[in-house]
Amino acid sequence: MALIPIREALRAAMREEMQRDPSVFLMGEEVAQYDGAYKVSQGMLAEFGPDRIVDTPISECGFAGLGIGAAMVGMRPIIEFMTWNFSLVAYDQIVNSAAKIYQMSGGQYKVPIVFRGPNGAAENLASQHSTSVESLYAHFPGLKVVTYATAYDAKGLLKSAIRDDSPVCFLESEMTYGMKGEVPDEEYLIPIGKADIKAEGSDVTLVTWGKQVFTCQAAVETLKSQGVSAELLDLRTIRPLDREALFNSVAKTGRCVVVQEGYPFSGVGAEIVAQLQEHCFDLLDAPVLRITNRDVPQPYATNLEKLVMPSAERVVTAARRVLGLER
Amino acid sequence: MSELPTPSLPQESGLPPLDAEGLLKLYREMVLIRRVEELAAKAYTMRKILGFCHLYIGQESVAVGAASATPDDYWIAAYREHGHALAKGVSANAVMAELFGKATGTSLGLGGSMHIFDKDAKFMGGYGIVGGHVPLANGVGWAIKQRNEGRVCLCYFGDGAAHQGAFFEALCLAQLWKLPVVFICENNFYAMGTSIDRQSHLTDMSLRANGVGMAREQLRGFDVEHVRERVGAAAKFAREGNGPVMLEIITYRHRGHSMSDPAKYRPKGELEEYKLNSEPLALTKRRLEQDFGVSAERIAAVHQEVEAVAEEAWNFAESSPDPDPATLYDHVYAE
Ligand SMILES: Cc1ncc(C[n+]2csc(CCOP(=O)(O)OP(=O)(O)O)c2C)c(N)n1
Ligand SMILES: [Mg+2]
Repeated sequence: MALIPIREALRAAMREEMQRDPSVFLMGEEVAQYDGAYKVSQGMLAEFGPDRIVDTPISECGFAGLGIGAAMVGMRPIIEFMTWNFSLVAYDQIVNSAAKIYQMSGGQYKVPIVFRGPNGAAENLASQHSTSVESLYAHFPGLKVVTYATAYDAKGLLKSAIRDDSPVCFLESEMTYGMKGEVPDEEYLIPIGKADIKAEGSDVTLVTWGKQVFTCQAAVETLKSQGVSAELLDLRTIRPLDREALFNSVAKTGRCVVVQEGYPFSGVGAEIVAQLQEHCFDLLDAPVLRITNRDVPQPYATNLEKLVMPSAERVVTAARRVLGLER
Repeated sequence: MSELPTPSLPQESGLPPLDAEGLLKLYREMVLIRRVEELAAKAYTMRKILGFCHLYIGQESVAVGAASATPDDYWIAAYREHGHALAKGVSANAVMAELFGKATGTSLGLGGSMHIFDKDAKFMGGYGIVGGHVPLANGVGWAIKQRNEGRVCLCYFGDGAAHQGAFFEALCLAQLWKLPVVFICENNFYAMGTSIDRQSHLTDMSLRANGVGMAREQLRGFDVEHVRERVGAAAKFAREGNGPVMLEIITYRHRGHSMSDPAKYRPKGELEEYKLNSEPLALTKRRLEQDFGVSAERIAAVHQEVEAVAEEAWNFAESSPDPDPATLYDHVYAE
């Protein structure tokens, strides 16, 4: 076991996969000579050379498309977006090409590609730099959408994403790149599509993913001090959704709060609520609530931004409401 | 082989030459940008300004020279836009308050450093997605043309932005419809840590215009009078209905890409060389003293006056209120 920051866990995943498979390469802005805008790819240029660790101009549409074409003929590109906000200028490539080529070619062309980079709000970056994109990509069949909270999950999931034969959108966070966690020395993979119970509980299920796992962990502690036993389910993969884990947890607790970054309207939380009411209606003792970003473009000012983001206090209040402890 | 159907710009802008007072005024504006940004850098290290903060220090002559040629025209810029806003006449108080995230800021504290807007000054904003704002300039040009406003739209972006699809598409449309837009690529040789020769086969971004048959010119941007003259010529050309222009203005940023970039990628001595020989404020100061006989006292008085304005901006920002939480949902939809 080693205690390493998440950026190193991600780097280890890419290095191991590049060492075992020569068709894997990393391409994106500032990934090579600058060591990555957030130092995720530090040292990789020296190890793998400029043909495999490739700096690009600011042409996301161009290099995302390049990656897809390379994947169609058997390479395994990792395309880094400096942040996912900038993937939107490549949205057509990901949605209309990466997601659809395998099916529309009748299964002839696989697209084994990973698009990765930090997602969601950091701090004080205002509206254009604070978008949470999971619902934008999870909407499309053909794309897998994967994320993590811990260093352990980050490494195991990224390795699986690189080996996956379908396109994977891999969502990171610049807020947690420096956060340390235990990672085994020996090789391991974490399967895509498997959620993880981060805290066991019996009264209410908190469903979340990404860095909101930490918000929920704080809420679990507060709830515990109030005599409420909350289960924390970290989805890890948003699509394909681990419905079994979700339904099992809700079957146990009968109550659920979904905690997500990004907007409530058409968000991933809305999908989870829909799944629960379709499949678990009889198991539920209360309506499922969502804690999300407030439905407003991200403001710059700190006091407003704090109001906008999910917080442990808001999660606690929602949990108490589904338990009938608060109105 | 077909010839490039590229029109050429007029030799002269037709603007009256600057006298000592005129040039002193431009000097003052450059000093104001410099001092406001130096204070912003200080405020950033004190965590009074947060998020991303991209300084324009070293590039002041571009915005100031251009502003004196286009006082009543529309401007639109990227995220390194404090200098453009100030040059275009946006108040230093409101710019600083925006950086501090205060209710009195240009964008009510909602936008911050990257999103300064001032409708009265025809300053149509700062934008954070590289290249994303370039097509908007065409819309402004379209409206100007339909309404016979006799104005132009100046659109600023970096060398890095000249690699975005949005930029290329914008050039196509602007030339097709002969829109009164002046595209200004401020080539400071770096897009973050990527030098121009590592991001592009051609390193003169104005050559992009040849692909659509647009008038173009590359110029050095350290001399504020020269910028005024050539932007003036480009604006005259576009204003008179000849279609858009693409300028590449060579410049240099003295600071890192943003406050968090130590800029270790520069070759040794490069920054020092620019500071020594291509420092816009020093060049203009020398010209004022040597060619216009402006006294050292006069110049010192300008610095003193600017200092007061910059400090007042800090105090104004500092003492202004945070946005009222009750306003959180204001401005999501138009009323
Ligand atoms: C579409 C997009 N990709 C990446 C970024 C991250 N980014 C912000 S500024 C920048 C460099 C831009 O360089 P340039 O256009 O030369 O402008 P300068 O910073 O030199 O003024 C990059 C890569 C972004 N904001 N938008
Ligand atoms: Mg640049």
